[in-house]
Amino acid sequence: MNTAARVVRFQLHDLVRNRWLLGYTVVLLGLTSALLWLGGGGERAIVSLLDVVLILVPLASVMFGTLYLYNAREFIELLLAQPVGRPAMFAGLYVGLTAPLVCGFGLGIGLPLLVSSATVSIPARALVILLATGILLTLIFTAIAFLLALRFEDRARGLGAALAVWLGFAVLYDGVVLLVVLAFGDYPLESPLLALTVLNPVDLGRVLLLLQFDIAALMGYTGAVFQRFFGDALGMATATVALLIWVAVPLAIGLRWFRRRDF
Amino acid sequence: MTSPAVEAVGLSKRFGTREVLKGIDLRIAPGRVTGLVGPNAAGKSTLIKIVLGLVRADLGHLAVHGETVNGKVDYRRAIGYMPQAAKFPENLTGREVLRMLRDLRGVDGGLDQELIEQFRLEPELDKPIRTLSGGTRQKLSAAVTFLFHPSLLILDEPTAGLDPVASGIFKDKVRRARDARATVLLVSHTLSELEELADDIVFLLEGRVRFHGPLASLIELTGLANLERAVASLMRENAA
Repeated sequence: MNTAARVVRFQLHDLVRNRWLLGYTVVLLGLTSALLWLGGGGERAIVSLLDVVLILVPLASVMFGTLYLYNAREFIELLLAQPVGRPAMFAGLYVGLTAPLVCGFGLGIGLPLLVSSATVSIPARALVILLATGILLTLIFTAIAFLLALRFEDRARGLGAALAVWLGFAVLYDGVVLLVVLAFGDYPLESPLLALTVLNPVDLGRVLLLLQFDIAALMGYTGAVFQRFFGDALGMATATVALLIWVAVPLAIGLRWFRRRDF
Repeated sequence: MTSPAVEAVGLSKRFGTREVLKGIDLRIAPGRVTGLVGPNAAGKSTLIKIVLGLVRADLGHLAVHGETVNGKVDYRRAIGYMPQAAKFPENLTGREVLRMLRDLRGVDGGLDQELIEQFRLEPELDKPIRTLSGGTRQKLSAAVTFLFHPSLLILDEPTAGLDPVASGIFKDKVRRARDARATVLLVSHTLSELEELADDIVFLLEGRVRFHGPLASLIELTGLANLERAVASLMRENAA
């Protein structure tokens, strides 16, 4: 077994006993169950579930990730003083942090869906995309957590930045997009809007999912644009690739910083 | 002459605009205890961290046991590092931490468990670390430091937080390691401890080495009877 795998195994030991992670799983379980059984009807429940995924997953990933890295700082330092290379350490830390979050998400969302699948009919394709989007968002926002924890020496500032990143992507971004649409409504906006969507992983996830339910019309003008672009296989592939780039770029920058950093 | 355990040539480091090390030249003799002293912000921690590979020097050359460090990994097999305040993951037990470090180094047996026995740590090893007192954590950290029979020990204020009994056990262990030809680099503000343990003294001030030599010659040089007065006089001299 190589170094990275050893670090991962060790972190799993630590994180399965983590209260925050347990809380995250329980909250997802509760919300999903409530939405499925009280929300009436599969499709509507799934759309509400979509909001849960798009808001809660980035928040939990970026905040928990940043917090964990600040808490583990001294121990990471001790580990780096062992005969361990930095790239292996980075890989181990990232996988060890994302794996429990992905499991928590999968369990919290997946279990109620599995239980209710007998009574509520949900298109399988939509389900797969919901789960995949949640997992990709987890990977993206923990990678961003690494960037923040490496960039900010000060813990309070790092956590503040994490909160700002989440607010920006999950909440404020849509407002900005709306402003753009209002201000430049007289111009052809297809391409700028597509670009704006690709620049926000949360938006990418939303578009991908909404189009699966044929309610893109609810998104109005932009919805039509996206329907045309993302609706077909090529659009889906583009969105998926964009999300993967959103994983790869912060990770690559993070690795670079981690290698050069003075601990 | 035997090759030095640690050799620094023209080591410089700045953090932003702050020049922490301004060209350190140093040869740490093997098989001796070298005390690293100096006021706060003199560059002691940075120097140690460069030896450990945690910090990269901007300029200069550093070799451990004759091997240039520069981003390498394996030379750290020979090092036992005890940080100032050890923080282990709160949810794990001491035994899990020990196993993890053993795994990480790929070492199966032949561990030095002497400190675990002498500190009577055995019953504490199965409790989560968050329930351990500060002193017990420090004992665990000390035990970890010696676990792999290091030939270079880097100890950063090791006895701060240890009670007198534990502190005595620890110092005896350091002496035994030295007698077994290990090199010890000891950062300490406790001058009585240095007087007890150190063979050589390196005095750092504002990122430069101001004195390096046997403890006895420092005392002779300053004409003062003990280390505390000798160091105080060095600091005054440099300030003047």
